[in-house]
Amino acid sequence: MDQSSKQLTGAEILIRCLHEEKVKFVFGYPGGAVLNIYDAIFQQDKFKHVLVRHEQAAIHAADAFSRSTGEVGVALVTSGPGATNAVTGIATAYMDSIPMVIISGQVPTYAIGQDAFQECDTVGITRPCVKHNFLVKDIKDIASTMKKAFYVAASGRPGPVLVDIPKDITAQLGDFEYPSTVALRSYNPVTKGHLGQIKKALKMLTEAKRPMVYSGGGVVLGDASQHLIKLVQSLGLPITSTLMGLGGYPSTDKQFLGMLGMHGTYEANMAMQECDVLLAVGARFDDRVIGNPEHFLSRPRTIIHIDIDPSSIAKRVKIDVPIVGDVKSVLADMNELVASEKPAQNTAALKDWFKEIEGWRSKNCLSFALSPELIKPQDVIQKLYQVTKGDAYITSDVGQHQMWAAQYYPFDKPRRWINSGGLGTMGVGLPYAMGVQLAHPEAQVACITGEASVQMCIQELSTCKQFNLPIKVITLNNRYMGMVRQWQEFFYGNRYSQSYMEALPDFVKLAEAYGHVGMRIENPADIEGALKEAFSPQLKERLVFMDFMTDQSENVFPMIPNGKGLSEMILAEEL
Amino acid sequence: MRHIISLLMENESGALSRVAGLFSARGYNIESLTVAPTEDPTLSRMTIVTSGSDAVIEQIIKQLNKLIDVVKVLDLNDGKFIERELMLVKVKATGAFREEMKRMCDIFRGRIIDVADGSFTIELTGSGNKLDAFIESLDKAAILETVRTGASGIGRGDRILKV
Repeated sequence: MDQSSKQLTGAEILIRCLHEEKVKFVFGYPGGAVLNIYDAIFQQDKFKHVLVRHEQAAIHAADAFSRSTGEVGVALVTSGPGATNAVTGIATAYMDSIPMVIISGQVPTYAIGQDAFQECDTVGITRPCVKHNFLVKDIKDIASTMKKAFYVAASGRPGPVLVDIPKDITAQLGDFEYPSTVALRSYNPVTKGHLGQIKKALKMLTEAKRPMVYSGGGVVLGDASQHLIKLVQSLGLPITSTLMGLGGYPSTDKQFLGMLGMHGTYEANMAMQECDVLLAVGARFDDRVIGNPEHFLSRPRTIIHIDIDPSSIAKRVKIDVPIVGDVKSVLADMNELVASEKPAQNTAALKDWFKEIEGWRSKNCLSFALSPELIKPQDVIQKLYQVTKGDAYITSDVGQHQMWAAQYYPFDKPRRWINSGGLGTMGVGLPYAMGVQLAHPEAQVACITGEASVQMCIQELSTCKQFNLPIKVITLNNRYMGMVRQWQEFFYGNRYSQSYMEALPDFVKLAEAYGHVGMRIENPADIEGALKEAFSPQLKERLVFMDFMTDQSENVFPMIPNGKGLSEMILAEEL
Repeated sequence: MRHIISLLMENESGALSRVAGLFSARGYNIESLTVAPTEDPTLSRMTIVTSGSDAVIEQIIKQLNKLIDVVKVLDLNDGKFIERELMLVKVKATGAFREEMKRMCDIFRGRIIDVADGSFTIELTGSGNKLDAFIESLDKAAILETVRTGASGIGRGDRILKV
């Protein structure tokens, strides 16, 4: 028998599928139900397996690998607790539409439903937080299922796809043939936008007196940044971005008004509220972005919405011109129309509109007072920006530090800002940084976190040691769950219920115990020096855990209280 | 408003739970849901009776279309359609009830499909309203058991839902 017709085990077939998909990293954790797969991994070297310390981190790391590269992230976990530990990571990726394939082991087919050791209904448990999932019950289906999984994950509105494989299937022998194409009669995502709608949209946009562009994560995920920049600059439009869209348009450009939403800038939120024609690109009008939808709709404006997912359109607000399509393709069509038709614009009105925007901008809503004794978290981020020359990959956890990172580290390129926007998962920061650093070994990668968030996946410091990941962990340590404390201060009469972080570890010693470099910074004068040292060539190969002891009372401003509208911000100066 | 949504989906294990899960996860109403394979055994046909504002119904249709296993979705209320439901009712059939039940069954064009000493089982097909009317017209004390399939719907004339 010649080599090509040799039968393979299910596990070997699975590995060959990953080779066919040119997977570079698999993030995972072994266990009983995936032992056959791990044995096959041992005997290959085309992709690297990254052993994490908790399955949640495997999913987060694979997710961040995808966010920073655009490729499909791959993770492998065992049955039962391996799969349930993965759920937080999967839901995080799902909420932010990240293309991933998660392979989970399952108990043997004959044991399914018998309450076997480490059995759980993985397909059932993950169903609401995946784009799609599969249970492979026949070795003949492994290759076609994997092909479908990668296709579904990466096409249309991307998302995580889970493939659950029982242990006996991975031990059986079968033939391997990877399908060259895939077609699903029930799944045909739209790509091109409707040209008539695109023309109509462009006409409205060019005739507008107070036009505004609102860009979201879809621009980053759809690699549409260049097309967006071209459109916005050729028409001279003001633009804002959601948390997830940051970097899709250069944050340092003068037409950029900053992030909008609950902690958005005054000028972005006011312009969003007061515009007469709004172009939404790959964004979904969620509650953290527009606040109260009734307040938002109380100002009449024409809304054009480009999105690849029809269900995102008209979900929370009524849309005047819906355009279903790949944002990149639709923006390219718009740019072509601009080039060929050179539409006339209302330049006088546009000038007045920018004058009004400059008035809002002059409020300087992100200004903050430095203190000689206390480290201001905003100051740390600004100095990080200077030291890294604005060119680092920044991951964050969830909370105040996340908002400060978004506000004070302007991103000029897409896929540089890696955080959990939709699900808001504390603990993602460190595993996110792992995925990013592995994808970009030469890049500067900083994880901006808090002392509460970082403890949720702190065990990954061990993974970082094993794989020599020279991440710089920037911990803004205010001894509180800062965002919880902020809400308790504003809305719960300063009753700081369970938000104080007692019994914190000595992070310097903790970092050292894991084999890394630890630093504690307590004086504002030391911020810059410490950052320079951490990013110096001497520490280029080392993970540096920087514990910044920050002002405990600092709050994130501006802030739109829950249920209020975009123009109802609380500003720092008003308190 | 009440809507009847018809859909064709891959006849695969778990497909039904994807639809049911979608409705519970997003807080949509389900009045009834019926499903069975079609003449093409790889496809299942489902009829869902739901209610909601136009915006909610629009979202339901979009979300159903988004499910990977769903091949086609049709809101029957967008055009003319026929709706039928099957009900089996077991009623007391003793003494004077026995004649009365037979008569009611005839009026509603039902069929007695099981006869026992003390009871009849009646089969009745029609719109949900007709089945409701039948139940209401019976003496409550006479009803021993009811089982309804939920509505199935189909478009009139040229309206065809097919792959």
